[in-house]
Amino acid sequence: MIEARSLTKRYGSTLAVDNLSFTVEAGRVTGFLGPNGAGKSTTMRMILGLDRPTGGDVRIDGKLYRELKNPLRMVGALLDAKWVHPNRSARAHLKWLAVSNGIPVQRVDQVLDVVGLSSVATKRAGAFSLGMSQRLGIAAALLGDPQVLLFDEPVNGLDPEGIVWIRKFMQSLAAEGRTVLVSSHLLSEMSLTASHLIVIGRGRLISECTTQEFVEQASEASVRVRGRGLEVLHKVLADAGHTPREDSGAMIVSGVTTDEVGELAAANGVILHELTAQRGSLEEAFMQLTGETVEYHAHGGTGAIAPIDPALAAAAAANPDDPNLQAAVRSATARG
Amino acid sequence: MVTLLAVERIKLFSTRSPWWCIGLAATIAIGFGALFTALSGSEEFPVSVGVTQIGYGFAANVLLVLAVLAITTEYRFNTIKVTFSAVPNRTSVLLAKTTLVAVVCGVLGEITAFASYGVGRLVKPNADLALNTAHEWRYVAGIGLVYAISAIIGISIGALIRQTAGAISLLLVYTLLVEGLIGLVPKVGDDIQKLLPFVNANHFLTVGNGATAGENNGTGLQMHWGPWGALAYFVAVAAVLLVAAIAVVERRDA
Repeated sequence: MIEARSLTKRYGSTLAVDNLSFTVEAGRVTGFLGPNGAGKSTTMRMILGLDRPTGGDVRIDGKLYRELKNPLRMVGALLDAKWVHPNRSARAHLKWLAVSNGIPVQRVDQVLDVVGLSSVATKRAGAFSLGMSQRLGIAAALLGDPQVLLFDEPVNGLDPEGIVWIRKFMQSLAAEGRTVLVSSHLLSEMSLTASHLIVIGRGRLISECTTQEFVEQASEASVRVRGRGLEVLHKVLADAGHTPREDSGAMIVSGVTTDEVGELAAANGVILHELTAQRGSLEEAFMQLTGETVEYHAHGGTGAIAPIDPALAAAAAANPDDPNLQAAVRSATARG
Repeated sequence: MVTLLAVERIKLFSTRSPWWCIGLAATIAIGFGALFTALSGSEEFPVSVGVTQIGYGFAANVLLVLAVLAITTEYRFNTIKVTFSAVPNRTSVLLAKTTLVAVVCGVLGEITAFASYGVGRLVKPNADLALNTAHEWRYVAGIGLVYAISAIIGISIGALIRQTAGAISLLLVYTLLVEGLIGLVPKVGDDIQKLLPFVNANHFLTVGNGATAGENNGTGLQMHWGPWGALAYFVAVAAVLLVAAIAVVERRDA
């Protein structure tokens, strides 16, 4: 279990993580979702004790990371697949990690086998593709057979086969009762991988709920109603099996059409001031939720070329095979 | 600590640059010694034990590069983050790395110093190159100590600066230029120079070996200490830098 309490990180005048509290339970995959620059990686570095929180703390099973003896046996992390000396072989990289935490050296070949890198174990890690580096990073995370696993954007650079593999793999780790926290900026990916979500934007917590709740809330067609005598309409809709909810003076009803609500209102003498159909894709809903909190807004529109998130563009250029990334670039370009 | 030394040993020797540095340092130390010994023997440039060790300063600079690389490549390739997540106690990581690199450089120093001496004897079999005095012994056997302590300085500066190019440039400009040229500053130059670490290291090795270096370190300086005082001062400077490096590494984000 990972528990963050009022976690805050300030870099100079930038507040990267702002009073963030959340809990990651064991036995399920928890998605850590947020746009680029939301503070996901910073939070993960603070979990690992690499960055010192400006305020608050984060504990793993009640302990600070630096209090853990042989931490790799407790926490496995893949924060960045390129954190390997390029002239060191995959096996040598895993060997020093194993020795540092008293893990038997035979375990190195086991984890290389698990991730499918046995045949290149003695090759220099610098010659690895991004996909192979990701697998090496996963092997390093698994080395100590830890109960807690952290993955930062693990599907970056993987081909479709690799994406499916890691998705199933993370779910099987959680099914064994482990705590799995995986970050991503892609809601569609998270909706397939994680059962719970921690959504952040600009370092602040936006939502902590099940993926199903988030997706339903996010993507379902709903109707927004404002007017006089809404209590009456509320009762009528509730009797009809709907669950209307309050939203700043208006009522939101899911799973109905504007036609139905309008006719019910008329039949019950309710005066309507507003009757709007709301629907959105996962991405739109995500942007709506996090829109205020995106760190790097694209202010395109006048130029010939729309500025897109440089990190996204770089990721897409590095992974021409990743359909999610390519689609994200297309939509970002179209928006601009 | 034994575990951490093993970890640092695997890390150091599983990349190529330390091997290159070791090979280069040995070649320079032994090669320069052999060359100068072979060409010495004239009235102005007599053969001596010191002449066989004349390449030590250049070799020490190569080993400074090795020490700097041992820590700055960890920052460059972000393996320092992996290291600190495997071993959160940063002080013990730095101490283990410093110990290992210092021991490697120290052992290499002893081997190359006696090898240079041996080669010198082969080159000039008729010259009086016996290690008769404590001064001569110190010049040969002391080189390992100087290399080991230089390595501590290299690691400390590397950990403080983190950038390979920056740390190496700073150290080489400092050892090759600043320590020599500061004596040219009017009035205070000599007083400052007497307190510089590598001047003291050189004093430790060369004092009493008059044929090549002169009583006063070849610079005409009246040093504050004898050879062992100079060595103690060199150790103290290295220790202060190491403590500063550990304090900074503990405080800042990895």
